[in-house]
Amino acid sequence: MDITQSHSAPTAQALKIAKLQRIQDFLFHGVTQFFALSVLIALMGILISLVINAWPALHTFGPGFFFSQEWDVVNGEFGGLIAIYGTVITSLIALLIAVPLSFGIAVFLTELCPGPLRRPLGTAVELLAAVPSIIYGMFGLFIFAPLFAEYIQPVLASTLGQIPGLGILFSGAFNGIGILCAGLILAMMILPFIASVMRDVFEIVPPVLKESAYGIGCTTWEVVKNVVLPYTKAGVIGGVMLGLGRALGETMAVTFVIGNAHRLSASLFSPGTSIASTLANEFGEAEAGNHLSSLFALGLALFIITFIVLACAKWMLNNMEKKQGMKT
Amino acid sequence: MNNTSNIDQAVFAKRKRANKIGLTLSMGAMALGMIFLMWILSVLVFKGLSAIDLNLFTHSTPAPGSDGGGLANAIVGSLLLVGTCTLISTPIGVLAGLYLSEYGDRSRVAAVTRFVTDIMLSAPSIVIGLFVYAFVVAQARHFSGWAGTIALALIAIPVVVRTTENMLRLVPGSLREAAYALGTPKWKVAFMITLRAAQSGVMTGILLALARVSGETAPLLFTALNNQFFSTNMNAPMANLPVVIFQFAMSPYDNWVELAWGGALLITFAVLGLNILARVVFREKVQG
Repeated sequence: MDITQSHSAPTAQALKIAKLQRIQDFLFHGVTQFFALSVLIALMGILISLVINAWPALHTFGPGFFFSQEWDVVNGEFGGLIAIYGTVITSLIALLIAVPLSFGIAVFLTELCPGPLRRPLGTAVELLAAVPSIIYGMFGLFIFAPLFAEYIQPVLASTLGQIPGLGILFSGAFNGIGILCAGLILAMMILPFIASVMRDVFEIVPPVLKESAYGIGCTTWEVVKNVVLPYTKAGVIGGVMLGLGRALGETMAVTFVIGNAHRLSASLFSPGTSIASTLANEFGEAEAGNHLSSLFALGLALFIITFIVLACAKWMLNNMEKKQGMKT
Repeated sequence: MNNTSNIDQAVFAKRKRANKIGLTLSMGAMALGMIFLMWILSVLVFKGLSAIDLNLFTHSTPAPGSDGGGLANAIVGSLLLVGTCTLISTPIGVLAGLYLSEYGDRSRVAAVTRFVTDIMLSAPSIVIGLFVYAFVVAQARHFSGWAGTIALALIAIPVVVRTTENMLRLVPGSLREAAYALGTPKWKVAFMITLRAAQSGVMTGILLALARVSGETAPLLFTALNNQFFSTNMNAPMANLPVVIFQFAMSPYDNWVELAWGGALLITFAVLGLNILARVVFREKVQG
């Protein structure tokens, strides 16, 4: 009787320990949860602070702010079209060049590369992604732009520039720096990001799928085109969007080579500006008032655009991960 | 008969050709990527090495037009900014990662947090600079080292959170269960068993975050700003390598541009070194 009782009724001391542990557990849970939520709070804070600071400009210029070419610091007239155009067009050029190249790199790393080389080459690609963007900017300004002006621009102008209609994109003075140069440097920057995402999603294709395709006599290229690519479609698009998100928000590399001119020009050779480079160049010297507020409005536009692009990318990559969980 | 086999031959040759072209192009893309990396690194070494001497580490940034000078104030400033940023972001990031993997596993809050963290990983860093400007600099009415630290921490935290969570997930469930069976409370399991088992993985995350913020320029432009003089006062504008590189590279003075190349070499090799170190730490864990 005594023995069973001592088993069923815990002593006062054990109760005390259990209670203490429950409190500690509760506290620990609360603290970790608070820090996890702080990321959410930061995001909200960013949005709210941008909206508050952009409000005076949005109120003064209305929604037309995003469609106006005006950027007159002296007279206090501001519009975001030129910067938004520069951001979008440089990012599109970058994607146009980086996507096929990173696809090639990913195919090489997953299908062609001899085993012992796979890891060092993969690491090299990831190191290319780790090089700080300011280095790309300096490289672009001092090394790439002069070569670009001397050798590539004349060739582009005399070939692509002669095509009626399209030719206007490749006309103008051979300055080196300009929208096209910024797009090319951006392409170099986002190339490793897209390539490593593509490589990761290519690696999750179940070997049995590829092997059965090889088994019926497909060539490597056909396996990539008809098995790997359809299977990883969502992941590949996700990777491309991730690269796009990076390109849109990239500041330093673009600031060095885009030329920083508030002018809208049909030619890709001419200097332009992007949202991020406008911010980097003008924010420090901007007077409080409409100028500062307009810069915040540009920042808000940039944040919303990249947020949407990155959210789509994330959503597609998450679907890909779920697929991996189901099929293996 | 002969006719069909001829067609077969033609189809086969065509497929083979497509294969060859595709694979050659892919190899070419890889070669191009490697050429970029080598090109950038060799330019950095070539241009930067001539700027690196003892003066670089002992003298502060020169005034416009004056000769000589070094980057001592910028190097110290960068170390201070990145150091304080690590001190702030490590506990926050690790605890948030613990929550995501141990407590909020499948809850809605955790799913949203994970999503937002992933987006913050690639959010434009200049916008984070704007936020910190509005939140800290505009309130305090002056640029400061602390503002720079906060901006960098906002970039580092998501990196630490996501790697910590992923590493904690690799810890086998049986380890946790064994600890529970001994009557260990949950917080002790999370903190002293799971976290300790994933130690080197978490270190990898911290090193990667360090590497990421070391080269960040955009968020420092309107937070820490720059300081021409040697200063360790975190409440005042603070010199730091990335912003100095940016200003000096765009300047018309030859010695400034040369210093910028020197700084660029330092910072790139620091970042790449941290990246490689992170990989080594992680690989040792996988093999051990």
